[in-house]
Amino acid sequence: METTGNILFSGVGGQGILLASEITALGLLGAGFDVKKSEVHGMAQRGGSVTAQLRYGKKVYSPLIEPGCADIQVAFEMMEAVRYLPYLHKGSKVVVNTQRILPPAVATGKAVYPEGLVEQLTERGIEVVPVDAFDIALSVGEVRTANVVLVGAMAAFMPVDGAIFEEAIRTRVPERFLEVNLKAYRAGRDQSK
Amino acid sequence: MTQIRENAFWMSGNEALALGAVEAGVKVASGYPGTPSTEIMENLSTYEGVYTEWAPNEKVGLEVAIGASFAGARALATMKHVGVNVAADPLFTASYTGVCGGLVLVSADDPEMHSSQNEQDNRNYAFAAKLPMLEPSDPSDAKEFLKIAYALSEELDTPVMLRITTRVSHVKGVVYKGETVSGNPACGITKVPEKMVMLPALARGRRVYVEERMKKCRELAETADFNVVEPGDTKRGFITSGVAYLYVKEAFPEATVLKLGMCWPLPEKKIREFAASVDELYVVEELDPFLETHIKAMGIDCHGKDLIPNQGELNTAIVRESIEGKKKADLFAPVPLPMRPPNMCAGCPHRGIFFNLSKLGVFVSGDIGCYTLAFLPPLSAMDSCVCMGASISIAHGMAKALGADGHNKVVSVIGDSTFMHTGVNSLMNTVYNNSGATTIILDNSITAMTGQQQNPASGRSIKGEHAHGIDIEGLCRAIGVKHVFVVNPHDVPETKKVLKEAIALEEPSVVISKAPCVLLPEMKERKPVSYFTNQENCVGCMACIRLGCPAISWTAFGEGEAEAKGFKAKQKGVSKIDEILCNDCGQCASLCKFNAITRKEEK
Repeated sequence: METTGNILFSGVGGQGILLASEITALGLLGAGFDVKKSEVHGMAQRGGSVTAQLRYGKKVYSPLIEPGCADIQVAFEMMEAVRYLPYLHKGSKVVVNTQRILPPAVATGKAVYPEGLVEQLTERGIEVVPVDAFDIALSVGEVRTANVVLVGAMAAFMPVDGAIFEEAIRTRVPERFLEVNLKAYRAGRDQSK
Repeated sequence: MTQIRENAFWMSGNEALALGAVEAGVKVASGYPGTPSTEIMENLSTYEGVYTEWAPNEKVGLEVAIGASFAGARALATMKHVGVNVAADPLFTASYTGVCGGLVLVSADDPEMHSSQNEQDNRNYAFAAKLPMLEPSDPSDAKEFLKIAYALSEELDTPVMLRITTRVSHVKGVVYKGETVSGNPACGITKVPEKMVMLPALARGRRVYVEERMKKCRELAETADFNVVEPGDTKRGFITSGVAYLYVKEAFPEATVLKLGMCWPLPEKKIREFAASVDELYVVEELDPFLETHIKAMGIDCHGKDLIPNQGELNTAIVRESIEGKKKADLFAPVPLPMRPPNMCAGCPHRGIFFNLSKLGVFVSGDIGCYTLAFLPPLSAMDSCVCMGASISIAHGMAKALGADGHNKVVSVIGDSTFMHTGVNSLMNTVYNNSGATTIILDNSITAMTGQQQNPASGRSIKGEHAHGIDIEGLCRAIGVKHVFVVNPHDVPETKKVLKEAIALEEPSVVISKAPCVLLPEMKERKPVSYFTNQENCVGCMACIRLGCPAISWTAFGEGEAEAKGFKAKQKGVSKIDEILCNDCGQCASLCKFNAITRKEEK
């Protein structure tokens, strides 16, 4: 791979974005790529809008994705799929969790949760894969694996063998949660087929 | 840190610095948590053979490291950029004393203010305190540069500063494990007054040494491996350091680059030669024109802040577009969406205090911590926030300026860790110089904002072992506060009564809000019983909604919907508690006058 691949993870603090981006990074490292990942810690984590930026290729310098250059976005929440639109380009692929998390202004009745979010993306030529990650995670028996479901759905778009992400899950997830996370990953993968 | 191949590990810049400290044979490390520096000390505390601690503040942390160095140990102090302001007093004189064991101060700067109140550029400290400063670009650099810093510190008899930024600290990359330095000298007491006792006569002697040392350091910088010319197209040449180097490499991959691993002092000869070898010289750096100013002072012409912003973080696009003068045309414009700012957690004890303060018509002098989020709506209950510990002294200053008019009008709010940091000094002043301003200490038993670090009042060490926990109530009384109240902030109406009583007093008063952070492991492990709304009793008064709890949401009624559902026609909607998010604090139930919120027996 000559150019650098860019994956943007977006969602709400507390949704497990760091673990999802970590599994992705370890998978790509296992496939022999150089990888850099940038995270946000501190104040923004408290229920705010958060991102993790991952770049992979032969040699990666910058840890930050340039605007207009994200090939894939893994969005953990509907509105957060659209917030980072300037990072996307025509043809970007967006795996979006169809869950809605109400921001304070909406929860307190001061604003309305926007409709037509998926259309905002598709009408700009962006390919959208909606995934009900929460429901799928429930069906595999652990609601907290929604993040791994999304990694599975994303993996279908990657230029690597999906098994490398299963290997990454084995490296990163504690033994007692391993089976359920592998199930979640595979269920997510099936969504993009 | 995760192993990926033999000797190769995937880790953050902060993890790499911890590993670097271990490989350099650091024996004593002290610091105060602060984003983006916190994980250096947290990770270091997991290694054997190195003593680590959280100090109450950065000045204490650096002084501990100076002491360890005086005793012959390699020592480390870590802090965020604004922490160096607190530690500046010992820093400037440690520059004179020099070291016995190697001494490094890591300053983690936060361009863009992701989690900070300012974006000061701490390279200026290296210039002002006359100290060498290294500046790594990524996690791999960070580990190597820390080891170099210790060698330099001992060779040149100087503390060394190592400056990282958020995009080094919280970036992960591949790092190779190296050799652990062996043969560091044993510790012991050596009395060297001309070096350690900085009274005027002796300090004058060391003042001369500081200049000699920096001269030696400048010479060393000319040939050192960390200041390296990467050959390439000489039409444009770039001088850069830190994370800006990475953006230059991506924006102009063909160009020649002088990467300065040491941003102070500068290798003048090397810079001159490089400048002469290129058609046009560009200095690319985040924040201040630090390198640019000193390069221009050498009489070398260059581009820098005439093109590149001096505020916020850089990235590849900014660097490319500033220099080439054209913007990418085809970017999607952002779509207007409701903002999603960070919020206090469901069940956060701070909410009970700020909800009340928002109703009391007082000026709230705030401080640094999770509770700064009380500034945001719907609480909107913070009126100032400057720096660690300032809440109490600012409230006192306002009270003195306002005189009798200010009575009952000014309160300060500060967390337990921030009170231990520097707030306690301010409270001494409030008592000593006697103002009626009320101090509210939010004791949630942890340093929460930076991710759950222990502090002198929490009763545990950095390793989670038992430690003496300072009794905040006893401390306030010992300082001389006669009126100390302790409240449970989850009982909102009772808390209001106490706050009103304290604020009405003419003498200094302290209200301690005592309830643990909901993110504490013991709070997460307990099985919280959730509250739920008996919606048939809800009259839509919005008392619970105004708490701004993430677990409570409002459903507005459409035309005629209220009556159809059996509510009064005028009712605008109902509130609902998300039982998964609810953390069992009961603040909403203590506010509800209509028996519409009940605690479930079990979840």
